[in-house]
Amino acid sequence: MNHTAQHTKTHAQDSSVQLAISGATCASCVSSIEKALSNVEGVTSASMNLADHTAYVEGGAPTQALTQAVEAIGYGATLIEENDDVDAQRDEQEQKYYRQLIRDMIIALGLGVPLMLWGLLGGTMMVTPGSASQWGWLVAGLLTLAVLATAGRRFFVGAWKAFIHHNANMDTLIAVGTGTAWLYSMAVVLAPSVLPEAARHVYFEASSMIIGLINLGLALEVRARGKASQAIKRLLDLRAKTARVIDEHGNENDVPVEKIQLGDHIRVRPGEKIAVDGEVVSGSSFVDESMLTGEPLPVRKEKDTLVSAGTLNQQGTLTFRATRVGKDTALAQIIALVKSAQGSRPPIGRLADKISAVFVPSVIIIAIIAAMIWFNVGPDPRGVYALIALTTVLIIACPCALGLATPMSIMVGIGKAAEAGILIREGEALQKAANISVIALDKTGTITEGKPSVTQIITFGETDENTALALAAALEQGSEHPLANAVVNSAKEKNLTLPEATHFESANGKGVSATINNEQVVIGNLRWLEELGINTSACNDATTRITSDAGTPLYLARNNTVIAVIGVTDKIKVDARDAIARMHQLGLKVVMITGDIQSTAKAIAREAGIDDVIAEVLPADKAQKVKALRSGNQIVAMVGDGINDAPALAEADVGFAIGTGTDIAIESAGITLMRGSLHGVVDAIEISSATVKNIKENLAGAFLYNVLGVPIAAGVLYPFTGLLLSPVLAGAAMSLSSVTVVANANRLRLFKAHKHPSNTTRSDA
Amino acid sequence: MITFFVNGLGVGLIAATIWWFWIWTPRKGVAASNGHIALTVDNGTYTPALIDMQAGDAITLDIVRKDASPCSEFFIIDGLNISVQLPMNKPYQLVIEKPEAGEYAMHCQMNMYQGTLRVR
Repeated sequence: MNHTAQHTKTHAQDSSVQLAISGATCASCVSSIEKALSNVEGVTSASMNLADHTAYVEGGAPTQALTQAVEAIGYGATLIEENDDVDAQRDEQEQKYYRQLIRDMIIALGLGVPLMLWGLLGGTMMVTPGSASQWGWLVAGLLTLAVLATAGRRFFVGAWKAFIHHNANMDTLIAVGTGTAWLYSMAVVLAPSVLPEAARHVYFEASSMIIGLINLGLALEVRARGKASQAIKRLLDLRAKTARVIDEHGNENDVPVEKIQLGDHIRVRPGEKIAVDGEVVSGSSFVDESMLTGEPLPVRKEKDTLVSAGTLNQQGTLTFRATRVGKDTALAQIIALVKSAQGSRPPIGRLADKISAVFVPSVIIIAIIAAMIWFNVGPDPRGVYALIALTTVLIIACPCALGLATPMSIMVGIGKAAEAGILIREGEALQKAANISVIALDKTGTITEGKPSVTQIITFGETDENTALALAAALEQGSEHPLANAVVNSAKEKNLTLPEATHFESANGKGVSATINNEQVVIGNLRWLEELGINTSACNDATTRITSDAGTPLYLARNNTVIAVIGVTDKIKVDARDAIARMHQLGLKVVMITGDIQSTAKAIAREAGIDDVIAEVLPADKAQKVKALRSGNQIVAMVGDGINDAPALAEADVGFAIGTGTDIAIESAGITLMRGSLHGVVDAIEISSATVKNIKENLAGAFLYNVLGVPIAAGVLYPFTGLLLSPVLAGAAMSLSSVTVVANANRLRLFKAHKHPSNTTRSDA
Repeated sequence: MITFFVNGLGVGLIAATIWWFWIWTPRKGVAASNGHIALTVDNGTYTPALIDMQAGDAITLDIVRKDASPCSEFFIIDGLNISVQLPMNKPYQLVIEKPEAGEYAMHCQMNMYQGTLRVR
């Protein structure tokens, strides 16, 4: 999600605070505010930034005194707290809101239930003029008013505020529905003689019960939402609070994690969490990274390996140097990405958005029309029936269920994916991932381990293997290509002395040439050597031997004569074949895109079980090939890890970046896998399919509820069955409808990705 | 007489609903002061509900959410690909940079909070 949100931040020192200032418009305001803050006892310095409307205050003054000082001179001030605190306070706020809702429910049902029972047990709900019951109902009416003013206050205030903004919302429906029932009932109590005898019915119990039930529904929704956002809570809980920092004298001190600086050396003892990202400088241990990557096996860490914040050290002791702290750690970025993605909206929810935007006024109009019909052609007492229809339609309609249908499932689905080490950047990527028909895999680092090694050296003429390898390594030592690294590493392992090479020229994706001992030496692929006019006919047998073993041949020529063919092989990942089998079981066509020659590519494809191969593709052409795959109305996913995969990842309908790859690939992808296994791709597709299925269930349920509920509430069944829904039942149904949506979204939390090809199905929420 | 009155009231209410919620458009929104606009999320409404800005400008919304209801938690402007989670009672600064001219709906997750960002 490409939003430009900028979180608030806290000043780093304990004795300083940051305030958000409102109402300041000019330099003189700044001066007044700084002066007011400086005059507060305990303040050592105060400075305000007009650009971002924030003030930094040093010293030990209480926050309340600071905000009061600013407010006293006519401006607004609020304390800006760190996001961590905000996250921690969120639970507290939710609990407080939940308790309020339960309290309001008890108040409302405390009156509504006895009144309803009175009616159900044979007590009269009619008002007789001049009788004691009239006084009794007056008391009941005033008590109901107290319920509306306390337990129902939020609905009436919300409805009024929305009204004056020319807006209508859920509160509008509840306030108008319960308010109309109360007004009518009070009219009956105060002036019963004005109304026909049959119309002297009171509905105080309906107003109270509806307020109580809706508060109950909201409370249940808050609880269910809390469960839905557990993935974020779990990620937040991964953060360490302190770390043992070693100072320049070698002393160790426990320091709050927010005070760790780049370059600090940190000691991690057995069983401790890693506090920030860093590079191990001494020690060795196994670290459990499953909470970030989903990879169950602990990973060995030793000097020069990287560690991540939030992961758990096991038996050994490590000392590492902090390389990323605060919001720059991988964990902090994951949390930010998941939060952002959980708020994103996939296209599937847009129709619901359009409907919910005009829903409430539409329901008000339907309710008025229904009441008019009852009043004009309904049975006596027609006024009472009109009132029941009006109130019931207003109360039963539930825009919340429609509005919640998509975001709740997205929140749970993206959270569930994050728990499995799958970062889905936004809802749209999730929706597309559920509809993929073709999956294109990069070879190196995606299907294979990305650590190729020299497996064969076939020489011609008088050149021996070591000479050929030394020449090849001398050419390749400046390159970062994995195949070049394999050649250089092989020469190093054999302790070969590399000759001096000059006049390097690199043909991107094809090979390298240089001058060695006054001779022109080139190394590259077959096509490039042929372009250079070098006769390669003698290499056919060598090529066949190497490619049939899924190796990639590199051709080495000196003075336009091929002197060796070096076979470099990159092992297929151990679980690649299983993962590709799972892709097939999902009905996906699996294609490999590689720069390898056809015969090598086909050998790898055979071994991995891939359907189709696009071989001999230059890095710059990968995106073009993905575009071609998309041309036949196919939804194409691209999986890759390297810098050169970034354009192809961006071109695909959904890009999957293998998290062990480069940041550029990750930036270009809609979905990032925190571990290297291709099973993560299938897991992501399964979670996406389950989430989209869940959204569809929610949307269908919410649409159906309203499409059926509103006409029934309006009384369409009455002419045929004599059934007219009570407003109280409508309140209960309305409360349950949004709870049902949230509960259904929570079912996704139980989702488990399939690991065995034989059990895989496309969607299984 | 009563029938005429009730029907007249009904028709009048329908007309008023259509006019008040759908036809009426505010003439002027709130513009930024020094690039900042304070926006309050409370009682089912955004205040101000209409914000005016110039195309190509950047503004910062200082959003304070005072409503604990869960639906007010997300602040969304679909047209600008913005979706942010708001803390309670804490300012949240949202920078909107150089949007193209047009009207963008601001809303909560359930579309109950509604407002408009008008870029001219």
